[in-house]
Amino acid sequence: MSELKSRSENTPRSPERRRFISAATATAAGLTIAPGVMLYKVAHGRSDEQSANSAVRWGMLVDATQCATGCNDCVTACSTENGWTPVAEARHPKQAPQWIRKLVLQDPLTQMETNLPMMCQHCDEAPCVDVCPTGASFKRADGIVLVNRHTCIGCRYCMMACPYKARSLVHESLNDTQKSDVPRGIGCVESCTLCVQKIDRGDGNTACAEACTAAGHNALLFGDMNDPESAISKRLRELPTKQVRADLNLNLGVRYHGI
Amino acid sequence: MAGKMKRLLALGVVVLTTAALAWAGSDTQPKAGGAPKPTITRAVKGEQCVEPTEFMRRNHMKLLDHHRDETVLQGIRTKKYSLKECINCHASEKTGSVATAKDDFCVSCHSYAAVKIDCFDCHSTKPQGSVAMHPLNAETAHYTHQMAAQANSKVSAEEMAKVAQ
Repeated sequence: MSELKSRSENTPRSPERRRFISAATATAAGLTIAPGVMLYKVAHGRSDEQSANSAVRWGMLVDATQCATGCNDCVTACSTENGWTPVAEARHPKQAPQWIRKLVLQDPLTQMETNLPMMCQHCDEAPCVDVCPTGASFKRADGIVLVNRHTCIGCRYCMMACPYKARSLVHESLNDTQKSDVPRGIGCVESCTLCVQKIDRGDGNTACAEACTAAGHNALLFGDMNDPESAISKRLRELPTKQVRADLNLNLGVRYHGI
Repeated sequence: MAGKMKRLLALGVVVLTTAALAWAGSDTQPKAGGAPKPTITRAVKGEQCVEPTEFMRRNHMKLLDHHRDETVLQGIRTKKYSLKECINCHASEKTGSVATAKDDFCVSCHSYAAVKIDCFDCHSTKPQGSVAMHPLNAETAHYTHQMAAQANSKVSAEEMAKVAQ
């Protein structure tokens, strides 16, 4: 009984408190690395040896009012960057992986159409992570939800659990067509990684957002939602945004404006 | 008459048995040198591996496993011990890959040791971009290539025996 009591005394009472404690430790670590260097600088310009840390939360703001009808540039950029075959070129389109896809929503009363890209929402409380029987589905410290293909057994439980249909299984052997930065293969589940290879390289942007900006639409804004000075945080303060299926209370990393 | 026939039959049996034994014997004789030794080609780029060769032959899998967990789970992408860097240096000049042809760096030893690897179900066997892009020696890659191609060597039986011990 006494053992139980002492344990509960040491355990943080609420998730808020736990988050505060981990943020405080991260701050201390950031400061000791280089005095005078701002914490967010340390977090963004992370060196190769440093692990991803929870001082950062990567996220994306989708401005559906800017998303153009018929434009597919974000999807093409994603497939080029990450090496997955576009659905139109796939031998079995129904099985083809889709890391990101364009949706058109129509209001049945007014016929108003809304364009938006849909992909992994990088939930804070991700259902795919909850259900994974092997722990292969996980959330990295900086908020990116990933699949560890070394432990994924391809059971597809996460695909069932995902409210956004964001995940796909690789059904067929890829025959050495993978990008050297993006390993992916038969029998494993995969989804949007927020271009984790680019983030770790220090690019600070994703392929889809780059393509959207290049096309002049500026519908995608990627950045650190924990940094109050980042462009995405500023935009999120100004614009009314929504989380898709906000009722599920998953605290999404992807926010939509204009839906 | 019957005795003569019997003796002839016995002789025939003896002759046939000897012939059969001789034929079988020639087939089961061990080939000189045993199983074909793996061809180990010197890495096209770089002078020395990240650890001594003997250490790498025994322990590369431990280093790779440790590094892979750090990379996937924590995003630590140091170059030393990363599979990508192995491939960058060891990709064959002919196929541009470490595991396409049977003489390529990884496959050559692994088929000799009969150890199946599934790294390349997911990982690309080829370096990123063209070979000349490699940061180690972007400017001199062309010459080091030529020199390395001349330095291909079969591993001696003694060397292999040392590893197997």
